[in-house]
Amino acid sequence: MKLDPFCAEQGGSGEPCAPSFLEILCDRGFRWLTFAAGGIVISLGLYIIFEIGSAAVPAMKDNGLGFFVSTTWDVARNEFGILAEIWGTLYSSLLALLLGGFFGVSIAIFFTQGYLNHRVAQVFRSIIQLLAAIPSVVYGLWGIYVVIPALRPVASWLNEHFGFIPFFGTKLSGPGLAPAVIVLAIMILPTVAAISQDAFKQIPYKVKEAAYGMGTTRREAIMLVMLPTAANGIMGALVLGFGRALGETMALAMLIGNANQISLSLFSPAKTLASLLASNFPEAGAVEVSALMYAAVALLIITVGVNALGAFIMSRSKRQEAI
Amino acid sequence: MKNNMTKTTPLDAMEQTTGVPTEENQIAIDANIEAIYYGKFRAVRQSHVPIRKGEITGFIGPSGCGKSTVLRSLNRMNDLIPTFKMKGHVHFMGQDIYDPAIDPVVVRRHIGMVFQQPNPFAMSIYDNVAFGLKINRFKGDVNQRVEEALREAALWDEVKDKLHSSGLALSGGQQQRLCIARAIAPNPTVLLMDEPCSALDPIATRKVEKLMHELKKHYTVAIVTHNMQQAQRVADTTAFFSVDISDGERCGYLVEMGKTEELFEDPKQELTRKYIRGEFS
Ligand SMILES: Nc1ncnc2c1ncn2[C@@H]1O[C@H](COP(=O)(O)OP(=O)(O)OP(=O)(O)O)[C@@H](O)[C@H]1O
Ligand SMILES: [Mg+2]
Repeated sequence: MKLDPFCAEQGGSGEPCAPSFLEILCDRGFRWLTFAAGGIVISLGLYIIFEIGSAAVPAMKDNGLGFFVSTTWDVARNEFGILAEIWGTLYSSLLALLLGGFFGVSIAIFFTQGYLNHRVAQVFRSIIQLLAAIPSVVYGLWGIYVVIPALRPVASWLNEHFGFIPFFGTKLSGPGLAPAVIVLAIMILPTVAAISQDAFKQIPYKVKEAAYGMGTTRREAIMLVMLPTAANGIMGALVLGFGRALGETMALAMLIGNANQISLSLFSPAKTLASLLASNFPEAGAVEVSALMYAAVALLIITVGVNALGAFIMSRSKRQEAI
Repeated sequence: MKNNMTKTTPLDAMEQTTGVPTEENQIAIDANIEAIYYGKFRAVRQSHVPIRKGEITGFIGPSGCGKSTVLRSLNRMNDLIPTFKMKGHVHFMGQDIYDPAIDPVVVRRHIGMVFQQPNPFAMSIYDNVAFGLKINRFKGDVNQRVEEALREAALWDEVKDKLHSSGLALSGGQQQRLCIARAIAPNPTVLLMDEPCSALDPIATRKVEKLMHELKKHYTVAIVTHNMQQAQRVADTTAFFSVDISDGERCGYLVEMGKTEELFEDPKQELTRKYIRGEFS
């Protein structure tokens, strides 16, 4: 095989030459390797979805779409519904996102916009990163032994004086939404903070110069220029944080109280899809397992939907500022 | 901080005083630089650079001689660099802008800047131009002022139908003119430009040069350029900087400064003559 139609010699003469036969083989091999790796992951994902889906089929036949609007979970009467869990999942994740998103983005601003000495910022950054390494169970225990006792007096005071506001409508008797949300917010904080920091760091220096060159104060530079410029990345950070919150299982199962009810009150116990799966699965019979699989499908749809929405928002805002 | 800006600043106060046009008040910015340091490195030594009112002052000189450093020290842009240290005085409207009592934010609102790379904000064309009006709490008709600024920057006709599309979607030359419009919208006294045409093609460059002749009717302009023809085309006064490589350090300084024709036809310094003839760069 003639590799280089332009030159007789095959390398070593100081002239340009074609890649060697071996290099071409490796190049092809490498391509197949990447295809294979990608293919395995995708088929694994599809297989899991298929397995869950087929296990859920009996429950789908029994409960139909009523599954999504009913709040009964009665094993004895074989009646299942997950409206309360869907509510609990979305409500707790949204509250955690509000809290964790606010602090995550604030931390990112604090670390990247020249408020801190470079070294100190580095130390703080590592500490925040460390939060991501703490196992979920530890968060759960911390929630039970620290957050709940600390929250109880605050909750009862709020309930006493502001009980007419639906958010404070009940007392915190033990586990409940508020401690779960606080712990969840801390758990998504490293994700939100790290990705928002990247978004801020990716802003070219010339943008910062442009802002200060117009005579902005630091606050104006951050609020009017840096934040809008980093908006895409921050949006991505929030979507990823929300995704994490939706699927978080262990800490929530320990803290949220697992009560099958819909309430606006921050102090009443609730239940999420993931905590439902975690707490009911070990002792479930065949029929209930199928219903749990149906709930898993619902959770999957929600997370995929949220991520797709995030991707859509980001691609749209990216197109708007096409270079 | 807020207080500092709401009350009449010393800079504002000076604006009111109108006197006889002596040589003194023909000068918009009077820079008496003793030395400028980046950390331990002395980048610029003793140089006196007066920027004349209502004129275009061009800064020329070989690369690394400190043109940008001097220009950026005229509106305290260099304060963004932590290692920057300035010795000397820069007088603007009778005030030393390096006086500790003066907020660099206010200085930059009076002395605007256009950079080498076009750097519009990631917002609409309209919002880019209105940006300075917003932070300066402009009370008048924003639409009208935006249009005026865009007309002054010779960009209005090209963008009047898409004011609300992104400023980043414009061509490089249009982006640079947008940055000029953004800089002049809040009516600064002086406009500093650091090689504003270096990222532009010859046609866009000509447009910006033509624009500068219009700008000097309302503003005092100081411009750094690598291009001697450009300096001759636009500058009334030219300052030639060079770099002294003597005792092992590279230190920039002002060699000479004068009317552009005089400087190019009959330079007083041998070094200037050599540079203009292209004998070194
Ligand atoms: N941020 C900085 N930190 C340290 N040194 C710097 C910094 N900016 C510039 N310098 C140094 O100061 C000297 C003058 O730089 P300056 O950018 O002012 O030159 P210039 O005349 O504008 O050159 P050019 O024509 O290439 O733009 C150079 O030796 C440069 O290395
Ligand atoms: Mg320069």
